[in-house]
Amino acid sequence: MALLNVNGKVVDVEVEPDTPLLWALREQIGLTGTKYGCGIAQCGACTVHVDGVATRSCSLPVSAFTEDQKIVTIEGLSADGSHPVQKAWAELDVPQCGYCQAGMIMSVAAFLQQNPKPTDDDINSEITNICRCGTYNRVRAAIKLAADRGQTG
Amino acid sequence: MTMTGQEVVHQPEVSRRIFLVGSAAVAGGLSLGFHVPFGRGALAQAVPGEINAWVVVQADDTVVIRIARSEMGQGTLTGLAQLVAEELECDWSKVTTEYPTPGQNLARNRVWGNFSTGGSRGVRESHDYVRRGGATARHMLIQAAANEWNVPASQCRAENSVITHTPTGRTTTFGKVAAAAAMVDPPKNVPLKDPKDWKLAGKPVKRLDTAEKLTGKQVYGTDLKLPGMLNAAIKDCPVFGGKVKSFDAAAVQGMPGVKKVVQVGDSAVAVVADTWWRANSALAKLPIEWDEGPNKDVSSASIAEWLKAGLDAKDAVVGNQAGDVHAALASAAKKIEAVYSYPYQNHATMEPMNATALFTGDRCEVWTPTQNGEAALAATAEASGLSPRNCDVHKIHLGGGFGRRGAVHDWVRQVVAIAKEMPGTPIKLIWSREEDMLHGRYHPVTRCKLVGGLDAQGNLTALHMRISGQSIVAGIFPQNIRNGKDPVVFQGLNPPGPEASLGYAIPNLLIDHAMRNPPVPPGFWRGVNLNHNTIYLECFMDELAHAAGIDALEFRRKLLGNSPKHLAVLNAVAEKSGWGKPAPAGVHRGLAHTMGFGSYVAACAEVSVTDGALKIHRIVAATDPGHAVNPQQIAAQVEGSFVYGLGAALYQECTVAGGRMEQENFDTYEMLRMDAMPEVEAIVMPSGGFWGGVGEPTIAVAAPAVLNAIFAATGKRIRDLPLKHHDLRKA
Repeated sequence: MALLNVNGKVVDVEVEPDTPLLWALREQIGLTGTKYGCGIAQCGACTVHVDGVATRSCSLPVSAFTEDQKIVTIEGLSADGSHPVQKAWAELDVPQCGYCQAGMIMSVAAFLQQNPKPTDDDINSEITNICRCGTYNRVRAAIKLAADRGQTG
Repeated sequence: MTMTGQEVVHQPEVSRRIFLVGSAAVAGGLSLGFHVPFGRGALAQAVPGEINAWVVVQADDTVVIRIARSEMGQGTLTGLAQLVAEELECDWSKVTTEYPTPGQNLARNRVWGNFSTGGSRGVRESHDYVRRGGATARHMLIQAAANEWNVPASQCRAENSVITHTPTGRTTTFGKVAAAAAMVDPPKNVPLKDPKDWKLAGKPVKRLDTAEKLTGKQVYGTDLKLPGMLNAAIKDCPVFGGKVKSFDAAAVQGMPGVKKVVQVGDSAVAVVADTWWRANSALAKLPIEWDEGPNKDVSSASIAEWLKAGLDAKDAVVGNQAGDVHAALASAAKKIEAVYSYPYQNHATMEPMNATALFTGDRCEVWTPTQNGEAALAATAEASGLSPRNCDVHKIHLGGGFGRRGAVHDWVRQVVAIAKEMPGTPIKLIWSREEDMLHGRYHPVTRCKLVGGLDAQGNLTALHMRISGQSIVAGIFPQNIRNGKDPVVFQGLNPPGPEASLGYAIPNLLIDHAMRNPPVPPGFWRGVNLNHNTIYLECFMDELAHAAGIDALEFRRKLLGNSPKHLAVLNAVAEKSGWGKPAPAGVHRGLAHTMGFGSYVAACAEVSVTDGALKIHRIVAATDPGHAVNPQQIAAQVEGSFVYGLGAALYQECTVAGGRMEQENFDTYEMLRMDAMPEVEAIVMPSGGFWGGVGEPTIAVAAPAVLNAIFAATGKRIRDLPLKHHDLRKA
């Protein structure tokens, strides 16, 4: 059992304490926008925000969280897809299969909060999510589009 | 994809389906093609507004376009919808799409044709009949309006979902006449537009399936939830061909959430629990003893030795030949020889294999991301022991396919076997990443010995290319091997023709294959045999040009005189990249081109190597797909092909030890990430007159263009992959 503060609500989840946050989100809370890709924090498909910091939820147990820590998932990033990063993504038609994109968007949204005018080197070192379809160049363009508008969430 | 209503509420299973749809889809939702009731056959009238199999027009003017091929990121859903909508003359902003199920296709005499989505053929093999579907529907809608107005149909035209009686200016909409149009006899042999008159097709319109991918609402197979559903995790014997000897279910039966431990076939064990995490946790603790079987001593080294022997073996099947290669090589002024190889690789779709099954004794339904719904239906029928007419498969949007989810539905067979043990309970099976890495259908291993002969002027007079190694077709469709020949092995090397042809005219030529099939399951890995064949050929062409002392572009041009389309894409990248002009300091260029999946492609790579560290700065890539239905999505496929192809070239290799794969996750099976991704300039240059695919061919030129540029930078020939094994520092 654990108390988690997810998308502005505190929820009580009935799980073993070693259950990764990812699976509590997906299977107990029903927030399936956060994806399982590797389970070892390599791919970033499971990225959520924890107090504003991009965090790979597959490798942190629910026991590591307190109800004071604010967890935000893709479902909580905006009510209607209107976050500046989501808008830039839509404008450039970024996703292909889309499976990694929620994690990618969450990583970028947190990154631009910290670094509103990133260089290419910043992007290269901070956005390490895996995309197999190969959307990287549009991801980069969309990051710059959101940054250029000064609308980084 | 957007749901457009009309669930048939009297069907007993429908509450489950609506839940499935509704749980994911807040507004609008997800279509799984549930419009036609099961078992009632080809009842067009069962769906109000169904003009024909491809087009449903609703009273509010919404147009539902049916898509038989699977969307896995490649954009076929949007491209096919564009083609239908172009002929239909409907309002694109009111278009939604849905998948018919393979069961419906079966019941309606395969009215939607082939569901298979591989070989880059979504558009190239169905453009004709989907456009006819749109054009026929347009004629029926116009006829219905004409009937209502009592005027000749020839005086009416349709545009943007509005039908106008030209002489009077009177108008109506598709939605208003849809019901009447459904009753009109479909005209035969409706002419199609000349592509030069296209208004929507051929344009860089945005994808139809983006919005839900930005908000987490898009439902993938792993996200499905059915009432009462349980979750399964599975472990198949990691050694290929091994079996389960024993397992101790009692050891985990008391663990939280565990419902059942079941053996699946003779080689796998699954744990069923209330959640997948609990199932997987219990599976990790389940003691299993394996009978490792006959392959337990197979290794990458033993496979390599066997393939090496094939390079000089007498038994080989000819794929392409001209003249007398042996005599010409014997008399060549200069003879060049090289041996290349290509490793096993996993598709590594971001979403691991998964499916959900409900078996109720006399019926079996499966929900799964699949590249071929009909093959998934066949697997469901076989595994359940039921007739295909008592089964159906609901296709779910794929989290990547790349060929893994097309020809073989091993995960579907598994989930059906588990569901059969628990009738009435829906079971969702998700493979762990580790399971996915250990039980791939791998890019086959091959080696290639190339011997080329040059005359005194440096002309290529003879080429013998011997491929030794694995046949995908032998591993998956052995019935298609005729006289020992797997024709797909020669992709990109075929005699002149519309498919995967060798562009070079070489007077004395022999390309042959010594089949060697190790006990590792091969698969159609995006790009298939074109990938390694193009590396072998295009890197060796560079070697020959170097030996001849001739510029790599000029050397190729001389041999491409009979192949203007091959030459045109090569010229296009040469021109745009500035081939022949100085590159930026420290930057070196490499070229490659090929033809496959019906399209002509070329690339020029610009790289630098500093203290052994490779940086790929820029790629210029050209594609001639004949007709380009959505140029911005073709560009996306070209960009993505470099991620897939360069990731493979730089990092990826599945090695065999003890009869099993050694790499189990992305820590040891590395991926190309943003930091290594070059700029890609895609030239989409449709020359018209044919329909080529775009999802795969460009992958084949990614590695050889970069390898040739590395040679230019370092003087080192890389003849086996991945690159991570090579020291690129100058000797």
